[in-house]
Amino acid sequence: MDVIPDWFQRLYETTGLNFTVFYDSYDFQRYLNGLKTTLYLGISTILVSLVIGAVGALLQGGPSRILRGLINGYVVTFRNTPPLVQIFFFYFGLGTLLPAAQSASGLREPILNNVQWAIISLSLFAGAFNIEIFRSGIEAVPKTTVEAAEALGYTRLKAYLFVILPLALRICLPALNNNLINLLKTTTLAYAIAVPETLYAVKQIWSESQNVFEMMCVLLATYGILVGVLVWIMHRWERALHIPGYGR
Amino acid sequence: MREKRSISDRPEGWGEVPEARHVLPVLHPFRVTPTRFAPRLRARHGLLLGICAALVASSAWAQAGAAMLSPLAVIVKWAPLLLTGFAFNIAISLLAMLIGTVAGVGLGIAMLSEQPILRRVAWGVTQFFRNAPWLVLLFFVMFLVPFQLTVLGIRIPLPDWVKATFGFSLPVMANVAEVVRGAVRSVPTTQWEAAESLAFTRRQILWRIILPQCVKRMLPPWMNIYALVAMATVQASIVGVSEMLTLTAQVHAAEGGRPELFAPLYGFALLCFFLYCYPIDRWTARMERRFQIR
Repeated sequence: MDVIPDWFQRLYETTGLNFTVFYDSYDFQRYLNGLKTTLYLGISTILVSLVIGAVGALLQGGPSRILRGLINGYVVTFRNTPPLVQIFFFYFGLGTLLPAAQSASGLREPILNNVQWAIISLSLFAGAFNIEIFRSGIEAVPKTTVEAAEALGYTRLKAYLFVILPLALRICLPALNNNLINLLKTTTLAYAIAVPETLYAVKQIWSESQNVFEMMCVLLATYGILVGVLVWIMHRWERALHIPGYGR
Repeated sequence: MREKRSISDRPEGWGEVPEARHVLPVLHPFRVTPTRFAPRLRARHGLLLGICAALVASSAWAQAGAAMLSPLAVIVKWAPLLLTGFAFNIAISLLAMLIGTVAGVGLGIAMLSEQPILRRVAWGVTQFFRNAPWLVLLFFVMFLVPFQLTVLGIRIPLPDWVKATFGFSLPVMANVAEVVRGAVRSVPTTQWEAAESLAFTRRQILWRIILPQCVKRMLPPWMNIYALVAMATVQASIVGVSEMLTLTAQVHAAEGGRPELFAPLYGFALLCFFLYCYPIDRWTARMERRFQIR
């Protein structure tokens, strides 16, 4: 049963390599919670940023010039400023401007907590890149396809949803892959506003157990595995979406 | 009599359309219709926007009393310090880019090596540093590199910003290596064959024939990486380097920690980075268009 904890305990006693997460249940729980938060952050930001990207790309190709200008401004701003400053700006700057409720103990309780702010700002950051990526995909959809859809009586929205977006998605998947992997890596920045994700949990563990090197290895392995899993999922998805005769 | 505009060089005696007003529309020279004015954000728009935001924010604070400085006054008062911090950020990014590029070119060439072991190792290193989050790599370097080195009895202190620079140059190295590899792969094989047939050695081929052709293709992605590094340098504040974001927090504390100062101060930091990175972004896009190989 306790083969793994025992083995790591013995490893510590014989070599001094102190992997507390694998034999100390308290540390393990903390690490697990951090991992859960990272997954929660990662999945929610990926989904929200995809929605932002799809909606933004639709509006960017739309007839309204004001809306187009706004979307362009948003994309340019979020692409060219550091994500960490964005997080700080949202969490400290806007977070303190919003009205806040009082908790039972009389403490200030903001409407949005740090995890929610992290999700908002990271999604906005990645969404700006997604808009660009989707736009490049939409531009690559043959004009004739769009015209054919129009001839069949599709409205602009319906044509976008059922004809353009599915094709564009398949075209821009490699670029999207890159961006989503980048987003998963960027979730570590939530550390700066004390979101208890993996990096934060691991930092806590190593400051208490004095095992920086070991925890650093665990941390790097964790992110390596997370990124690997995401890459694997995206490749599976890419293959599942593949249309014979379209692209390579 | 020669007509100024269009059909002057038609054969003699061909048709009788001497006057411009009789010319069929088809015979007019092709003229590009001017495209509609496309609004594009420029640096001055960002500047205007920032000034407007600052004015609005400060006008809201004008009636709060003279004892408290308005957000705009706070920014003006501390701008020299904050801009010094920003300059430090840029210095870190330039240095990290320099180290990363030199190491990355080496790693990229190692990935193209003919020895399978070297190639595998280089590939592994590249993948490792490309897939680890920048912040994690930064922690890695900050905590595991000693604060001073003793080489031959001489102690070399390593201040935290030097370590942070190393921390940033690791992912740069991996990304540059990928760029180098991709660029070398995109050179036609015939170039290699032609050089080989002229009895160049492999090293000569790489340095004197292939890499010079790659520089042009590598420039846009290389600048992209630079923009990423410039934006990543603020992460150094998390590990305690006193760059712009750290200074911003300190300025905020020095001004009494008023919560309404957060947005203007961080907005100022956003503006600085925007004004620095946006021209790079546009320039990169322009170069990409110019060098596009299809």
